[in-house]
Amino acid sequence: MATVLLPRSLLELFPGVERRQLVDGATVDAVVSVLDARVPGMRDRLVEAGPRLRPHINVFVAGEPADLDTPVGPDDTVHVIPAVSGG
Amino acid sequence: MTRAILLVGTAKGAFFVESDAQRRAWDIRGPLCEGWPIHDLIVEPGSGAILAGGGSPWYGPAVWRSEDLGTSWTHSSSGLTYGDGAASDPVATVWSLATTPDGTILAGVEPAGLFRSTDRGATWEHVSGLTEHESRPTWEPGAGGLILHTIVPHPTDTSRTWVGISAVGVFESRDGGTTWEPRNSGVRADFNPDPYPITGQCVHKFAMAAGEPETLYQQNHCGMYRSTDGGLTWTDLSANGLPSDFGFPLVAHPRDPKTFWIIPLNGADRGRFVPDASAAVWKTEDRGDTWQRLDDGLPQHDAYTTVLREAMARDTLDPVGVAFGTKSGQLWHSRDEGGSWERITADLPEIWAVESLVVD
Repeated sequence: MATVLLPRSLLELFPGVERRQLVDGATVDAVVSVLDARVPGMRDRLVEAGPRLRPHINVFVAGEPADLDTPVGPDDTVHVIPAVSGG
Repeated sequence: MTRAILLVGTAKGAFFVESDAQRRAWDIRGPLCEGWPIHDLIVEPGSGAILAGGGSPWYGPAVWRSEDLGTSWTHSSSGLTYGDGAASDPVATVWSLATTPDGTILAGVEPAGLFRSTDRGATWEHVSGLTEHESRPTWEPGAGGLILHTIVPHPTDTSRTWVGISAVGVFESRDGGTTWEPRNSGVRADFNPDPYPITGQCVHKFAMAAGEPETLYQQNHCGMYRSTDGGLTWTDLSANGLPSDFGFPLVAHPRDPKTFWIIPLNGADRGRFVPDASAAVWKTEDRGDTWQRLDDGLPQHDAYTTVLREAMARDTLDPVGVAFGTKSGQLWHSRDEGGSWERITADLPEIWAVESLVVD
């Protein structure tokens, strides 16, 4: 199973959820769906209509920038990282 | 013991500012809602739950809900979307909230549209009749975006609701949201070759007179207006001694239908400050025919202050407390209906919304 690492600011929206999640999913989209089943509402925080990743959410699979269609291998680490933005 | 609470929405979270019925000393609690930008806060009648609407630049739009006066919160945007195949941009943020007499919660969003929840905010459904209006292809954003910022439900008739969209105008539904009609007759659009189009007026805020559902007061980009026929026609009041025909907030008295407050600004292209950098709230007690300039306690020089559309509120106590917040983070309060003012704090983030709650 892939290891998903979630950002602190996302975890604060879902109290009690662990930062490190082990997820079985063939693509980023599938991984997000598994997370949403585990933590209802999480998909809405990461994905907007399209569907596509929200503009300021960056996902990396095995260190490479990814989108919803990017394949995820069972040994991959998936980083979910908020973009540098704000003021 | 009676508690008076100001619910403050800012660019960096919600804050609860609390006092007792005397409203002299205040405590500030926050930032709440995980520091999300919050455009509107309301109190759900019956339950007393607090609802906060906003949107995170990272995590998108949501309506937050607290049933313990802000100690704990849940949030949802389930269904708060135009759908994957929609021509419109995705919903970015929630700008306005309201409840109808049957307990439905309404949410106005950017880009402009209306959503409803019949399960206390857990899930949402698009009120598609509004965005299916024939004028939709002509809707263009104002300076604040293409935002549905005002929702005024009829107090007893669930079939009737008015909404306001910046640079588009006021609409009313009389069939529970299935169809909508523009309500902009008599309202100027000075920035348009035709100053009286059917839609395209830049409504900034409107409110219903207490106990008179057909009486609406409107602060517009181009004038201050009154309607006594549910918005079918509007009369311009801005020549009645006001210093400007431009401003954002408007708050109606909780019991007297003749009284409401506004904060005129110097003009759309003049900085949008209080006129002459001298702060004042303006009050009418005769439906806008005449006005009083209320400035006791407010800075009278070098006040380059802007108050946004949702950032003024009144409570239900007697005398009525009135509060407003500024873009520069100042929160001001009057416990005598605007007669005198005290600054509660000058150090909040940019204030977008103020709501009043009285808890017994």
